[in-house]
Amino acid sequence: MSVDTNLIPDDAVGSEPSPRALVRAELPRWAQPAVFGGSLVVVGALLALAGAFSIGLFVFLAAVLFAVATYLLSRFVEGGRKATDRLVTIVVTTAFLIALAPLVSVVITVVGNGLARFDAEFFSSSMRGVVGEGGGGYHAIMGTLIITALAALMSIPVGLLTAIYLVEYGKGRLARAITFFVDVMTGIPSIVAGLFAFALFALFFGPGVRMGFAGAVALSVLMIPVVVRATEEMLKIVPNELREAAYALGTPKWRTITKVVIPTSIAGIASGITLAIARVIGETAPLLIIAGLTTALNFNPFDGRMATLPVFAYTSYAAPGVPREPYLDRAWAAALVLIIIVLVLNLVARLIARVFAPKTR
Amino acid sequence: MTTSTAPAAAPARAKPVTQLGDRIFAGAAQGAGIFILAVLAGVAVFLIVQALPAIVSPAAALPGGVGLVAYIFPLVFGTLLAAVIALIIATPLAVAVALFITHFAPRRLAQGLGYLIDLLAAVPSIVYGLWGVAVLAPATLGLSAWLNTYLGWLPFFAGPVSATGRTMFVVGITLAVMILPIITAVSREVFLQTPKLHEEAALALGATRWEMIRMAVLPFGRSGIISGAMLGLGRALGETMAVAIILSVSGAVTFNLISSSNPSTIAANIALQFPDSTGVAVNTLIASGLVLFVITLLVNALARYIINRRREFSGAN
Repeated sequence: MSVDTNLIPDDAVGSEPSPRALVRAELPRWAQPAVFGGSLVVVGALLALAGAFSIGLFVFLAAVLFAVATYLLSRFVEGGRKATDRLVTIVVTTAFLIALAPLVSVVITVVGNGLARFDAEFFSSSMRGVVGEGGGGYHAIMGTLIITALAALMSIPVGLLTAIYLVEYGKGRLARAITFFVDVMTGIPSIVAGLFAFALFALFFGPGVRMGFAGAVALSVLMIPVVVRATEEMLKIVPNELREAAYALGTPKWRTITKVVIPTSIAGIASGITLAIARVIGETAPLLIIAGLTTALNFNPFDGRMATLPVFAYTSYAAPGVPREPYLDRAWAAALVLIIIVLVLNLVARLIARVFAPKTR
Repeated sequence: MTTSTAPAAAPARAKPVTQLGDRIFAGAAQGAGIFILAVLAGVAVFLIVQALPAIVSPAAALPGGVGLVAYIFPLVFGTLLAAVIALIIATPLAVAVALFITHFAPRRLAQGLGYLIDLLAAVPSIVYGLWGVAVLAPATLGLSAWLNTYLGWLPFFAGPVSATGRTMFVVGITLAVMILPIITAVSREVFLQTPKLHEEAALALGATRWEMIRMAVLPFGRSGIISGAMLGLGRALGETMAVAIILSVSGAVTFNLISSSNPSTIAANIALQFPDSTGVAVNTLIASGLVLFVITLLVNALARYIINRRREFSGAN
């Protein structure tokens, strides 16, 4: 790879030594790290001299200087094409680091602010009769768990069966329509799902309806397409030989599906369902509309308002009481609990997928 | 071992044997599929039914007293503005990230790095909202002031600069962070499908890595990038809580991104107004939700159409 031929017409002729040369000089391996270190030192020194040192400016200027210096050096030694290649590598890597920065920042912020109230009281008491200090999110945690469990209970059978239909039975117009609309359904805004649940339940219970169960209905509108998609992908990769072997033994189709196809792909399906749960457990907007908020513990999803973690965090932050501090602390603690749940669910999903992966070959 | 659940039907028949269990199972699977279609239709129907009172009632009875169209238009404008800013920021970044994961990162790390980007999508929008207002808004104050000083002649940065940072600009950045993983995921998928032979042919002709990407990968993945961007657009249009928390709203229709008077978005407006609304105000909000539903439906349908068409003509198989 160290030989750069000149068979392709060069778009940067400026620094061409001789048109016949087949071998081109190359930067030594330590050149790029050296330029990187050099840029850090130079920018740091300049900023320190100017007396305007800020971490954002430092990183930005150092990155720019590194890119420019590498490009010029490489262009001088190796020619324009390699210089462009190095520049693009730096730009692409920088883009990745930029994309990671929010994730790191979010985690640091939420952990830093949330730890203040991440205590036993937060997990054991509701907000009933609490003004100012104290109180906790126990009622919201239970509400989130109940509503999400109900949503999962409704979405998983429907999603699984639909995926089975699409992969094992579906042909023709109906299957194509379902595939298309499931795709479209993944894009329904969560707030619209909340409005749908409200419109549906308002027909039966009047315009002031607030109910945990209706929240679960809204969440399952969001969850079903995710479950279908994930399950469909997993069922598709089950090798056809397994199905044919089962049929050859005289096994009816539905027994083949339940005893051969699904057990083979169960790891992927479980992982997909876990990810779907992780996706809806943090939904705020539909629950804000249809499940509302209450300060007291409510275990009955069919009876009145039910607090959930995201809504609890939102209202504590958006409409704090006086003094503000304890409300904001509780909001951050709720956000921390939420983010921990979501990250753990994601991790569990990856582990399931990896440990119990189907042994197809 | 598994044939014993129901005795086979009369042996003389030439038709394939279908058991009762088979019929029930197939019926249930098909029923579930039809149920999904019914739910989607139900979403549209119930929204229309509940929006009807707002559509037929006189303008003065609605919140704001200016009629339904005049009420919803600034919201549609704000929704589109926020989503387009997010798209402009996120798309190039997402393509670069996807390229990094597929073609630049060390092979062994690539998958793990992909998971990291996926985690960005897992963070709940409420957390992004809190983060945006607590960290991002103060952090971009300097940048906004700089933009206003040097690019103030553009209508986008005309100022006066908001002192809190709760601006359209910050909302756009936050939404960009939220849609980045979606665009990355779709682009990554397509880049990986680039025929290996095309890539190797380019390299064999002496192309550098970037030239190979420009000649083989990007032309192949163009429609994937477009559809990924449109899926991201659909997500940004419907994003609620981050906008509701971050944006300081005045209802003005303006392109000024860094001042403290901003148009609201449909979704954020619903979230902010709904808990305190009664009567026809609720119907008005549902009507605006119906508009949002139609917009996102169109954007998503178009994106899926492009993806599906590409699948047939991609030449990858």
